[in-house]
Amino acid sequence: MKTLKELEEIRQRTLESVNLRKDRTGTRVVVGMGTCGISAGARPVLLAFVEEIRKRNLQHVTVTQTGCVGVCRYEPLVEVYTPDNEKVTYVNMTPEKVKRVVTEHLVNGQIVRDFTIGVVEKKD
Amino acid sequence: MQDLSLHLLDLVQNSIAAGATQIVINVEEDEEKDWLSIAIEDNGRGMDNETIKRATDPFYTTRTTRKVGLGLPLFKATTERCGGHLNLQSTVGKGTRIEAEFQLGHIDRPPFGRIDETMVTLILCNAEIDFVYSHKTKYGQFLLDTREIRKIIGELPINNVEVITWIQSYIREGLNEINGGVL
Repeated sequence: MKTLKELEEIRQRTLESVNLRKDRTGTRVVVGMGTCGISAGARPVLLAFVEEIRKRNLQHVTVTQTGCVGVCRYEPLVEVYTPDNEKVTYVNMTPEKVKRVVTEHLVNGQIVRDFTIGVVEKKD
Repeated sequence: MQDLSLHLLDLVQNSIAAGATQIVINVEEDEEKDWLSIAIEDNGRGMDNETIKRATDPFYTTRTTRKVGLGLPLFKATTERCGGHLNLQSTVGKGTRIEAEFQLGHIDRPPFGRIDETMVTLILCNAEIDFVYSHKTKYGQFLLDTREIRKIIGELPINNVEVITWIQSYIREGLNEINGGVL
């Protein structure tokens, strides 16, 4: 059973190792959480990002949410903002696709073109 | 929406958009009366009477990116097909309270789904908001209050991955306990 004492231990253990950054120089992953996004499966996509980021200890990446971006037919939709202010929009996301985006884009800096809105829109 | 946890995630977005700093979710299951109630209360900017009337109209939204707003209408439809109803109360400048009631054992009543995932998603993405989640069944009550967690973790952010992972397990175990093992 989880106890509050464990939480106290997490605090002591984590405060030493964690970088309490408040600046915004890192990479931001933004998941669309409108009604459209949620019903299309945005929650497992967001949690898959959290899990992959935790596994790889990518301290420079934060995950957050936004509302409906306006292209509901492409939900779940994810925007990745890198420190150079470039924005990449990934569409029709799944937890499986998240793994590729994390390894190729967040870790190695290579955009996964096949999942981007530009490429998917041309196919449609 | 496949389950109630997704409805919750969706409806709380309205509270977030309304600038709430405190969001309280109350779930009560009464097996004897065969009744389930879900209430969401926030301290956001609230709605005037005209807006309350239109809030459950699918063709009304305050958003500008599209012309429909389906969150509340979908939830209302879910309550009504389970022999229940949806009630909205709101005061401008004070906040909004959504109250939904269902027949607990109704064949069309959606399952709860992953409440732990919904709460963790909300806390992770809205670290500045205080969330209270209370769930009562005949076996007891589960209570999660992010203010209590903040007291313990101090300067460590609540959306720290280790903290979030702990919160998720805490919710799963807590809900398991009050459900006799059935989610």
